[in-house]
Amino acid sequence: MSAPVGEPLLALTDVVKEFRVGGGPFGGSSGQRLRAVDGVSLEVRAGETLGLVGESGCGKSTLGRCILRLLAPTSGTIRFDGDDISTLSGRRLRPLRGSLQMIFQNPYGSLNPRKPVEALIGAPLRYHGWPRADVEQRLLELLDDVGLARALRTSYPHELSGGQRQRVGIARALALRPKLVVLDEPVSALDVSIQAQIVNLLQEIQRAHGLTYVFISHDLGVVRQLSERVAVMCGGRIVETGPVREVFESPRDAYTRQLLDAIPRLRA
Amino acid sequence: MSATAPPLLEVEDLTIEVRGADGTALPIVRGVSFTVADGEVLGIVGESGSGKTMTLLALLGLLPPRVRVRGAVRFRGRDLLTLSEPELRKLRGAEIAVVFQDPMSSLNPVQRVGDQVAEQLRAHRGLDRGAAATRAVELLERVGIPNAASRARSYPHELSGGMRQRVMIAAALSCEPALLLADEPTTALDVTIQAEILALLRELADQLGAAVVLISHDLGVISEMASQIAVMYAGDVVEQGASAAVFANPQHPYTWGLLGSIPLLEGWPPKPLHAIPGQPPTVAARPSGCPFRIRCAHAFEACTERPELLGRVAADHRDRCHLEPAAKAAARQAAPLDAGAAS
Repeated sequence: MSAPVGEPLLALTDVVKEFRVGGGPFGGSSGQRLRAVDGVSLEVRAGETLGLVGESGCGKSTLGRCILRLLAPTSGTIRFDGDDISTLSGRRLRPLRGSLQMIFQNPYGSLNPRKPVEALIGAPLRYHGWPRADVEQRLLELLDDVGLARALRTSYPHELSGGQRQRVGIARALALRPKLVVLDEPVSALDVSIQAQIVNLLQEIQRAHGLTYVFISHDLGVVRQLSERVAVMCGGRIVETGPVREVFESPRDAYTRQLLDAIPRLRA
Repeated sequence: MSATAPPLLEVEDLTIEVRGADGTALPIVRGVSFTVADGEVLGIVGESGSGKTMTLLALLGLLPPRVRVRGAVRFRGRDLLTLSEPELRKLRGAEIAVVFQDPMSSLNPVQRVGDQVAEQLRAHRGLDRGAAATRAVELLERVGIPNAASRARSYPHELSGGMRQRVMIAAALSCEPALLLADEPTTALDVTIQAEILALLRELADQLGAAVVLISHDLGVISEMASQIAVMYAGDVVEQGASAAVFANPQHPYTWGLLGSIPLLEGWPPKPLHAIPGQPPTVAARPSGCPFRIRCAHAFEACTERPELLGRVAADHRDRCHLEPAAKAAARQAAPLDAGAAS
């Protein structure tokens, strides 16, 4: 059962992620720890988009990877759809993988250059044991959903434009009908006019499938466009969180204000 | 200075061509003209592949020899396209300097940053090693690098992206150039660092009275920095003029599309974005006539002919579009370029 709309689908409590740094390949044991995520508590409600903003190194991508359990948090709990997933290990995570998906910044770097579109989009389905006929049918649905011409199914990533590649990345993430999608700078590598296409597409898809998004970005304009709520991260901590309009119109935290002031404005 | 002094930079009908696979000439920049006066900031905006970086490299004489460049690039009246390599070397770094997008790949990774700033002073100003090193530290201080004396001894990888870009700017401004070319100077940086670097560029250009040609895909950056702007699409300048005029009354449907693609930070709820359908054509696949016509909601028969760059709303606000200026407001209202169509 999925959480009803408006109820928390994801709840983080005091999540910490530390990395060991220094040392080196030959057993250096300086024991230095870098705390990339430093006690984050957050809720994401079913059907909403939470924008996660901050500058490079603030820990937003690490937090995104913890949410998906691509990384194990050092401490704290992550509850997804009612279950504590913070300590699940490899095999026990597998059934969850379909519900938790990710869309990456650079689709060129995240798609296997030697596979055609149909194999790339179908891979998660085959891996999860879908029968061949169902894979075919789902593939066509997905191509339509993300606005890719069906004829492109046999194309390879290098034959596609940046926008088309990102559509493939989106289709692949949607293949298993996830509940929660973490989008890590999904439009940052795209040209302005293509960026708007993808932002609109992500909104349409969310509406059509009732998806929940965690939208990670340094671009506050895009976050404002897409999100209901926003969390501002700095130095591994959430410094401010609230409805997007409130945070943008009357930021309480000095760092949020600094971020907002730094954006170059159009003088129309 | 005499009243008839030529403008600092005058680019006239600049055309850049490469040879296609079958030997035909493919123009990647077509008939670009602009002037930049002392102290002025020209912003060139466009998407990847629009020809903006090629234009900038042509100004520096840095295009590979097999690329054909026609037209004129007059710097203080001298046509740079006719200069020899040694003559160009005297200008580059001294009178015309450049800041690229990615300081990590344009700084020498195995040379201390102080030496990289000092290098130009020794080459162009004939300073000895000690004097150049001292001046380099002053310059690093001036661009806001803390502990400049010790930082001068760092290698690029030891600095943050913002600090590296400051080093690039210090090197570019070391010989007090009259013209600074900046190609996406802040695109790789965080937004707070971007704001600092833009402020720094503006301040230093003001102090030196240097003119700036700033290339960016970010209309916000261009709007904040530039007094003149040129919008490029598929090798053409499709609209150019005073920045205030272009933003207040954009004439080309591509400019409308760009403006409609950007999420605004004002107004609630956010307006839906008007994405431009499709994608920019490659040089080889550029349609005849207006290169934008296949993505344009307002294209009609005339658009199969390439429009002239005409100043119909004002002599100094020109655009390449067949639509009648009187019809534009209504056209833009009716179809700001609609979303939906997939690439």
